[in-house]
Amino acid sequence: MDFNTDHFSLFELPARFRLDAPLLDGRYLEMQSRVHPDRFTGAGDAERRLSLQWATRVNEAYQTLKKPLSRARYLLHLADHDVGSENNVLMPNDFLVEQMEWREAVAEARTAGEHHELEHLHHRLQHDIGKRYEELAALLDDAHDLEQAADRVRRLMFIEKLLVELDEAMIACEE
Amino acid sequence: MAYSVKVLDHYENPRNVGSFGKEDEGVATGMVGAPACGDVMKLQIKVGKGGVIEDAKFKTYGCGSAIASSSLVTEWVKGKTVDQALDIKNTQIAEELALPPVKIHCSILAEDAIKAAVADYKKKHVDQAAG
Repeated sequence: MDFNTDHFSLFELPARFRLDAPLLDGRYLEMQSRVHPDRFTGAGDAERRLSLQWATRVNEAYQTLKKPLSRARYLLHLADHDVGSENNVLMPNDFLVEQMEWREAVAEARTAGEHHELEHLHHRLQHDIGKRYEELAALLDDAHDLEQAADRVRRLMFIEKLLVELDEAMIACEE
Repeated sequence: MAYSVKVLDHYENPRNVGSFGKEDEGVATGMVGAPACGDVMKLQIKVGKGGVIEDAKFKTYGCGSAIASSSLVTEWVKGKTVDQALDIKNTQIAEELALPPVKIHCSILAEDAIKAAVADYKKKHVDQAAG
């Protein structure tokens, strides 16, 4: 095994956004069982340290590839394409207005304790997210338009945050 | 992470939360967002004669530091002209609220919100003068 390989090569998977998730899970479990520190309890210090490093490395790679947003960011990173997430605050105004409206709707439903409305919003958002990831897949794997893909990734960073807020609101309403 | 006393104060008692009516005269809106944290911030200024900001309101969906930064900014811009408001720097906001390094981007967001609101005001103002 090579420490310097990228996450996709580590699991012997093609560096693409569209991913065979069960295959990734399978390869991950297989590798994790091979490098797990528990298997090296009787080994020397150096070997045990190495197994721990590998287990960490495999885990990090798996976490990055498993979630679609981090997988997309990683692909852009491999292509040396900066998502510019740290300082790019100049998002299109209509997108920000839309985000503000979504968050207001979630906050209102949460305050009013309208669980049904939150479920409705959740359903709509899941549908919207699904379509956005399909579009992102086409941009990354088919069109290879990294500029547009980076823009869609930035938008999804807001939307994934919104989903977390929505999930929290639903839990708060159930309590 | 522990918030500073000033952040907590603004977070628990945010100043000037809300929106102005869409038809209110002299109202300009700055809308900004930071992908890194998914925060969205709306800052509105109500500008009177001589380009003086008479009132300001904000709405922020984000962490405590983002809410505190925008709340503080609504207090600071009041009484200033739009050009003076542009002199407010993120470093001043971060210093006033004692923001830790990982939260500096919240103060940058607030500074950018002022810029965006002033830009919106100037755009409308030019349009009016031209029309």
